[in-house]
Amino acid sequence: MPNYEAVIGLEVHVELKTNSKMFTRVANHYGEAENTLTNPVVLALPGALPVMNREAIEKSVKVGLMFGCQIAELCKWDRKNYFYPDLPKNYQISQYDKPLCLGGLVEIELPGSSRNIQGEHKKIKLTRIHLEEDVGKSTHIDIESLLDFNRAGVPLIEIVSEPDMHTPEEAFAYLTALRTHLLYAGISDCDMEKGQLRCDANISVRPIGQTTLGTKVELKNLNSISGVKNGIEYEIKRQVQAIERGEKIPQETRRWDAFKCATYSMRSKEQAHDYRYFPDPDLMPVRIPDEVKKRLGSQLPELPWQKQERYQQSLGLPYTQTAVLVPDHELCAYFEKAVAAYPKNAKAIGNFVANDLLRERSSGAREGMMPLAELKVTPGQIAELVKIIDAGGVSSQNAKAVFTEMFATGHSPAEIIDEKGFKVSSDAGAIEKIVREAIEKNPEAVAQFKGGKAGAINVVKGYVMKQSKGSASPAVIDELLRKILG
Amino acid sequence: MELFNTPVATLSEKLSQKEISSVELMQAYLKRIKAVEPKVDAFLSYNEEDALAQAKASDERRANGKTSGSLDGIPVGIKDVIAVKNQPLTCASKILEPYVSPYDATVIANIKVAGGIPFGRLNMDEFAMGSSTEHSAYKITKNPWDLSCIPGGSSGGSAVAVATGMSPLSLGSDTGGSIRLPASFCNVVGLKPTYGRVSRYGLTAYASSLDQIGPFGRTVEDVAMLFKVLAGRDENDSTSFPAEVPDYHAALKASAASGEKFKLGVPKEYFAEGLDPEVRASIEKAIDFYKKQGHTIVEITLPHTNIAIPVYYIIVTAEASSNLARYDGVRYGYRSPNAANALELYSKTRAEGFGAEVKRRIILGTYVLSSGYYDAYYLKAQKVRTLIRDDFMNAFQKLGVDAIVGPTSPTPAFKIGEKTDDPISMYLADIYTICVNLAGLPGISIPCGFTKSNLPIGLQLIGQPYQEARLLSIANRFDAEHKLGLKEPKL
Repeated sequence: MPNYEAVIGLEVHVELKTNSKMFTRVANHYGEAENTLTNPVVLALPGALPVMNREAIEKSVKVGLMFGCQIAELCKWDRKNYFYPDLPKNYQISQYDKPLCLGGLVEIELPGSSRNIQGEHKKIKLTRIHLEEDVGKSTHIDIESLLDFNRAGVPLIEIVSEPDMHTPEEAFAYLTALRTHLLYAGISDCDMEKGQLRCDANISVRPIGQTTLGTKVELKNLNSISGVKNGIEYEIKRQVQAIERGEKIPQETRRWDAFKCATYSMRSKEQAHDYRYFPDPDLMPVRIPDEVKKRLGSQLPELPWQKQERYQQSLGLPYTQTAVLVPDHELCAYFEKAVAAYPKNAKAIGNFVANDLLRERSSGAREGMMPLAELKVTPGQIAELVKIIDAGGVSSQNAKAVFTEMFATGHSPAEIIDEKGFKVSSDAGAIEKIVREAIEKNPEAVAQFKGGKAGAINVVKGYVMKQSKGSASPAVIDELLRKILG
Repeated sequence: MELFNTPVATLSEKLSQKEISSVELMQAYLKRIKAVEPKVDAFLSYNEEDALAQAKASDERRANGKTSGSLDGIPVGIKDVIAVKNQPLTCASKILEPYVSPYDATVIANIKVAGGIPFGRLNMDEFAMGSSTEHSAYKITKNPWDLSCIPGGSSGGSAVAVATGMSPLSLGSDTGGSIRLPASFCNVVGLKPTYGRVSRYGLTAYASSLDQIGPFGRTVEDVAMLFKVLAGRDENDSTSFPAEVPDYHAALKASAASGEKFKLGVPKEYFAEGLDPEVRASIEKAIDFYKKQGHTIVEITLPHTNIAIPVYYIIVTAEASSNLARYDGVRYGYRSPNAANALELYSKTRAEGFGAEVKRRIILGTYVLSSGYYDAYYLKAQKVRTLIRDDFMNAFQKLGVDAIVGPTSPTPAFKIGEKTDDPISMYLADIYTICVNLAGLPGISIPCGFTKSNLPIGLQLIGQPYQEARLLSIANRFDAEHKLGLKEPKL
């Protein structure tokens, strides 16, 4: 393997989140009863005609703008002709020679040398992005096939990258970056399990140093994030081994089988379809004026890597926190609400949101993470808690317990601190009694401290905290110790 | 004059004066159908009960003072290529049997809003592919002027229903002459509107960039009354055009009253080799009529006429091969009972369901779109199509011609079976009409005269884009004077 280099390009299909389907006013929903989201256009009844969905065009233009693509001034629709039962017209309305978006770059982040270290950022070139309609779904039971056309006609974009990646990790990082960007801009829910994001890969290998590309194999059915990584990894290995055995790689389409963890040949180059593309006479070409591009561009949110940089540079968040926050734009919004309520200590807020909140959300009985929408604890309450900590109103140890309670009950931090008696006491008389007791009970530590070992005093402090159940103000303890021990 | 051969304007008047009821009118047509239909075979089916129920509803509207306009209570026969809710839609093909449309085409919805009664399924060439109505999978419609002749096609049933007084009006579709040719062969008026003027939603697609729905009637005035209801932008058809819809009926009356004069172009290519001498004489006489009326006649040239047929058959078959892919036995229509697997489901369903002419065109179209041939055929044809349109636009813009006038077809109706084994000679019947579709222009065929053997001859007038009002006005000048369409075939 070290003598070989893989060349990988990805074709990613993404279903757009729109109110209605690509070419007709039928709702675009997932999970409805079979064949309920249909009409004459969806079912290709005689006489039905397509009418373009403006929202789908606008969302696709936004995708292009996010990745710095050149947006076509005029794009047109073409028919891709092939017979398949899940394709009602037996042609798919797509874009052939004039796609909506050309070129562009997707910035990806590779894994760092450890979890705490940010990896290298790299830009992957895009070839094109075009808009088309999705097909229905076939289910095969014994010798029967069942068809559901709810998905047929859902707006679908195909994002085609250049053969610009070389490892499964890069492909994985590319897919992750794409997904994050699309989620940020509200383009799609990108749920691979629901088929909202699907990935095919073009893979070839060549000896390192060779500039011409090896024979490309198209790999289909990489329908999970792990499938993408494992499928590509397997296919690279398979091709290298074949070359080393002296075999020639045939140009073909292969299918990843996630259960058998292997790829299988689907069809050879000779069996490839002739799609007989031609311009769809039922649809007019679309002109996208500059004003529209400008308006759509202004609607784009702050993008993931911009956010990452701002969190690190302006808010002072460490990479470990941004690594949790940035991929989840809803969590970022939650975090930013808290920061807005108490802008003085974003880092502490980041710590609660990226660590404590994450831990609590994952700790429930159910599988996966509790969705943000179901949280009882609000961003404002987290801000309030950090504010109390900063004001010395609760010790940091107790603050963790307070947070756990906040998460469980949705009560305000002040309420919980009161209830649990966590309120930091500055009553010097009461604290002095405990401090004197602590000095008495820990003669060794006191002796070590006096002998110059500064750290030994923590034993005494710890005793005081324990006896006061964490409520003694650390500042008052320090002052008393200084007074008594000199 | 009996009810069945009375012009629509008069019927409309009688209805509004309550001299007759819509039910009586419908009964008169049903009676006529029973007498004539067995001889001509124009209908694939019709639903008497439904037609009378619609007529009754119209009478009730009228009784309540809520009549919907001049078409209220008037039957309109429908070519079996246009979807009418709850009625069969077969396109005269076995592959759609027993399909019933669950929705109305936009033109049907428009007719219903205007109170018209969409009625019957009229015979045609299968999927509108043909010029004779011999390619129907069900029956051959006969020419009422000579039952041994074809009525022209593909909208043969629509033309014959009107010519024989089985319906006062009807709808056809025209991709390369399918309204004008049968209108010409059957002595009725048939209008092919500008591409985009009438919504295609609900019209079973043959060649999407050429198909248009249009009206048949016995007079230009009748056609204008129906056309008014058909035209207009439809949000369900992206290729429909938002130009304003004038009151065509009022416009042609106003034009006649004003006595305005027009400039008519006569293309020399339409009088070349292959034109029947009797047809030529009749057309020249009509041109002479216009001249005597004070209109200006100029000779023009449409130099690309001779290559229109190959261009047309490339574009039409390419689009048809894709449009007809949906008839696969999966979702509706005919499904072969002999299929053992998915591939056979397609191949056997289509082999058993489609007729020979449809298969011929699908295969041709598949070929011209194939990788490696696309540029040489389809792309080239599209370029020539632009040249053909430029020919017409030159005449309209540079010479200021209001309409182009010539024969609808080089010959009168031919014998049943005469050309079925010779597709090329059949294709030549459309030589003067297909250019109009390729250029997207409006064209009308009006009765012009008869041959010695009493076969009708049609005069074709071609107008500027979206200027149907002017085209109808010009056609009306001849038609109102001669009223040839009211002449009745002896059956």
